[in-house]
Amino acid sequence: MGFFNFEPATLPPEAEALRPEVRAFLAEALKDKRPVDRAWNWMGHDQDFSRKVGAQGWLGMTWPTEYGGGGRTFFERYVVMEEMLAAGAPVQAHWVADRQSGPLLLRFGTEEQREFFLPQIISGEACFCIGMSEPDSGSDLAATRTKAEKVDGGWKVNGTKVWTSNAHAAHYMIGLFRTNSEDKHGGLSQFIVDMKSSGLTVSPIINLAGNHHFNQCVFEDVFVPDGRLVGSPGSGWNQVMAELSFERSGPERYLSCIQLILELLGVAAQSRDPAMVEEVGRLSAHALTLRRMSLSVAGKLQRGENPSLEASVVKDVGGVFEQSIPEIAARLVEEEPTLMGGDDFQQVLAFLTMEAPSFSLRGGTREILRGIIARGLGLR
Amino acid sequence: MSELRNILTDSVNGLFGDRVTRELLTRFDETGDDGGIWAEVEAQGLTRPLVSEENGGVGGEWRDAHVLLSAGGFHSAPVPLAETILASWLAEKAGLPVPEGMATVIDGSDGSLKVTGEGSSAKLSGAVARVPWGSKAETAVVVGVQDGGVVVGQVRLSDARGITASQNMAREPRDDVSFDGAPVRVAHLPNDLPQDVVLQYGAMVRAAQIAGAMEKVLSQTVQYANERTQFGRPLGKFQAIQQELSRMAGEAASSGVIAEAPFAALDAGQNPEWQIAAAKARTSEAAGVGATVGHQTHGAIGFTYEHSLHFATRRLWSWRSEFGGARFWARRLGNRAVDRGVDNFWADIVSG
Repeated sequence: MGFFNFEPATLPPEAEALRPEVRAFLAEALKDKRPVDRAWNWMGHDQDFSRKVGAQGWLGMTWPTEYGGGGRTFFERYVVMEEMLAAGAPVQAHWVADRQSGPLLLRFGTEEQREFFLPQIISGEACFCIGMSEPDSGSDLAATRTKAEKVDGGWKVNGTKVWTSNAHAAHYMIGLFRTNSEDKHGGLSQFIVDMKSSGLTVSPIINLAGNHHFNQCVFEDVFVPDGRLVGSPGSGWNQVMAELSFERSGPERYLSCIQLILELLGVAAQSRDPAMVEEVGRLSAHALTLRRMSLSVAGKLQRGENPSLEASVVKDVGGVFEQSIPEIAARLVEEEPTLMGGDDFQQVLAFLTMEAPSFSLRGGTREILRGIIARGLGLR
Repeated sequence: MSELRNILTDSVNGLFGDRVTRELLTRFDETGDDGGIWAEVEAQGLTRPLVSEENGGVGGEWRDAHVLLSAGGFHSAPVPLAETILASWLAEKAGLPVPEGMATVIDGSDGSLKVTGEGSSAKLSGAVARVPWGSKAETAVVVGVQDGGVVVGQVRLSDARGITASQNMAREPRDDVSFDGAPVRVAHLPNDLPQDVVLQYGAMVRAAQIAGAMEKVLSQTVQYANERTQFGRPLGKFQAIQQELSRMAGEAASSGVIAEAPFAALDAGQNPEWQIAAAKARTSEAAGVGATVGHQTHGAIGFTYEHSLHFATRRLWSWRSEFGGARFWARRLGNRAVDRGVDNFWADIVSG
């Protein structure tokens, strides 16, 4: 019975013990944040905040102590992550590196790379971005064209990456480049690119809300030294697939609209409108369910199992859930969303209504995820 | 998973997998006959996972009961397994004899069932609609009112004044039962149980059955999509079908995960009320997606009586409304959230 394995996971006491500590830290660090600031959730960028988180020992928590990591469990890390997201902490400056770039280097990187990069991530100094999508290669990652040619002492990169979240603020990019034009999947390789490299031009792509998350990154004869190749030439595809399962597994995949649920609850508590009260209850039931699923994926990571199928299920169901919340709030509360003026509910609703389309695009579109799930079902 | 749970899982799936065939379910629909599987269920001790060994039970945990209930839902087992498991547990917990044979539970805690008199002269009166398996069960464990307080009672259904047969969409008995001074054995409601224990625990067992039935509809639908060929390829190769089946798989996975939650809470010694509410609200919502996508994928053949898909989908459509539907339990959760306020919302998600 069962296509998936969502083994129930319970947080061990040492993980729960972290929770009050994290809450106390966040209460102080975020005390001046308005609801609409918190609504940015993990898209909020604040390198100083990330340094403070690093100083707490909450970055690279599961990594080996020899690199300065915490040597802690995935469950302890999970508690820190979910508390940060629930509070709407501006985690983006460290999120990608802590979630996937560090684990990538631990798994496939050289000793020199680990010793150089991991401590910078752990201290909250190094911000990473991910260069995957291209103008002609979005969901179809194997169509990547940006080329890395072997030159003396390194590689020469030419091409364009788009939709690169946070490239304008990042110090490094993990880029997926083509090192062999003959072999579609086997001709891709991953590199660490210094964002200050000459020949690399980052320009903003402003989203529909007028906000700047993502960018276009143009590479013109950008030199990347040999020592910045991750893994071996041609192993990029498999490494990216492993990396994406980390990207899809976390609690950020159902909590993006937590601030709007809280605002809706606030309105419901005032009005006692039965439809709103009931909907808040319904959303709680969904959130409780998704949290258990997400925790189960953390359990898989802790046991060293491959979570990619279950992580895709959580991201798909979680994406539908979080994307539905602005629709529900707009239907139930007869207040206009506002960009200027208005109350907290109105501002948060406006912000998240305009961000919500990205929830089922970033980190793998809904259609891609469902294709992965269909494969897990044995349909393809 | 414990040794005991593995044994129970194998026994129940072995028994129902072998015996609950389309023919048996058809006969059950037509005549109410279970083809003798109830005797097997009892002989294998499957009705008493929660009863102590000294009282002839298995002495298991709530999660042991959970695997039996899910399997019952998966196989559309046409027997009151869930009701008898609950009745046996509640009877023993209240210090009453563990019922023999088919049993059910009845909620009269709103005053619809009243107990008068003490000891051997205690009598039960009142009427309750849509008692699951009321016309088939020998014994009912009831929660009723006595002197303004709530008590647990045990009554023989042959002592009922009247039983009016009715059915849900799956043709399971859901009968109106009335008592008029029926002899009843009475005990205190145990301190750690809520007055609406039948409603809550009933919702919990239905959620587990729904999760099992969702898994069944999913596996039947995937199998069909791989076998049925149109336009020269199996249905499952069409992206439109893959997308819908993946959505349904997400609902089935969600159902399985949340349905287990209250059982785990009970085993951890926690009050399961909010997990029960979440489980019944979430699975009841998922049930509609499961049935809809299952039927859409099966096309016209799945809409026939001859095809077996409906045994699970009619149960999904029925069970989602029993012991409180999605809206009922969402309201409970919503009222709690409103009472506890914005500052406690996240803490309650984490602890729930």
